[in-house]
Amino acid sequence: MGISRNPTDGPETASRPNGPAAAALVAAGIGSFALGLFTTLTEISAGFKAFLTWSDPVGPLSGKALGAVIVWLVAWAVAANRWRGVDIDFHKAWRWTLILVALGFLLTFPPVFLAFEQ
Amino acid sequence: MELSVRETWTVLHGLILGTLFLLAFGGGLAGLWSLRPELVTPEGIRERMGRLVAGTWIMAVTAWLTVFSGTFIVYPWYRAKTPDSPRSLLLANESTKLWHEFGMEWKEHVAWIAPILATAVAYVIWYYGRRLAHEDRVRKVAMVLYSLAFVAAGVAGVFGAFLNKMAPTR
Repeated sequence: MGISRNPTDGPETASRPNGPAAAALVAAGIGSFALGLFTTLTEISAGFKAFLTWSDPVGPLSGKALGAVIVWLVAWAVAANRWRGVDIDFHKAWRWTLILVALGFLLTFPPVFLAFEQ
Repeated sequence: MELSVRETWTVLHGLILGTLFLLAFGGGLAGLWSLRPELVTPEGIRERMGRLVAGTWIMAVTAWLTVFSGTFIVYPWYRAKTPDSPRSLLLANESTKLWHEFGMEWKEHVAWIAPILATAVAYVIWYYGRRLAHEDRVRKVAMVLYSLAFVAAGVAGVFGAFLNKMAPTR
């Protein structure tokens, strides 16, 4: 992680495997992207919009939001299990996180998702 | 000086939780920024770490409470299919319909990104603990993600304030 280690390093400076942290970041990216994807898909498909209407008073936002939260939690559990106790390419994980979060922001921006309105 | 149930929930959702979120963000960002061995002694890092972990978790929990109360309590009142609901009032007038079609549509969706990102940051800070001071790249990554969470919440907060001004939930 860019800092030198020496035998006198104490527990406070000894590195930890970055896998669990990377799992949290990538999962957050996947959750953000899922939110954007669901938001756009409900504009494309009336059937999907009805499918995501989990609560009548709230409308399709209920399924879009809770669906994204479920995707995020599942992605986090899978990634955390896979990368537990290991070091992975943190730069790559961060790059994917940023791309997915950017897509999440983009696909929740009204001029973008409403362009797909049927 | 009376508030209806709906007004009370709107205040709780936007003002009280929003203020807590802002406070936690400011403290958290400042803590992350200065968490460097060249700036803080080992005792200083130990002293501030507990506060940083608590502050970022408070921000994450506050963000979750804000989006859940907003989506599942306040939003149904906003979008009620009655002629006097805020959504109906905004859409009834050509000069105000963009507040719903752009402002509310953006706010209601982008807000949900904030708690997801804030939770990831809180977890990373908790996971590394005091070691984070020696993990410069992870610390910077956490700051970027933390700021993006703030941007998402900021968009939602600003439009929420304007929408409540244009067509209050009563």
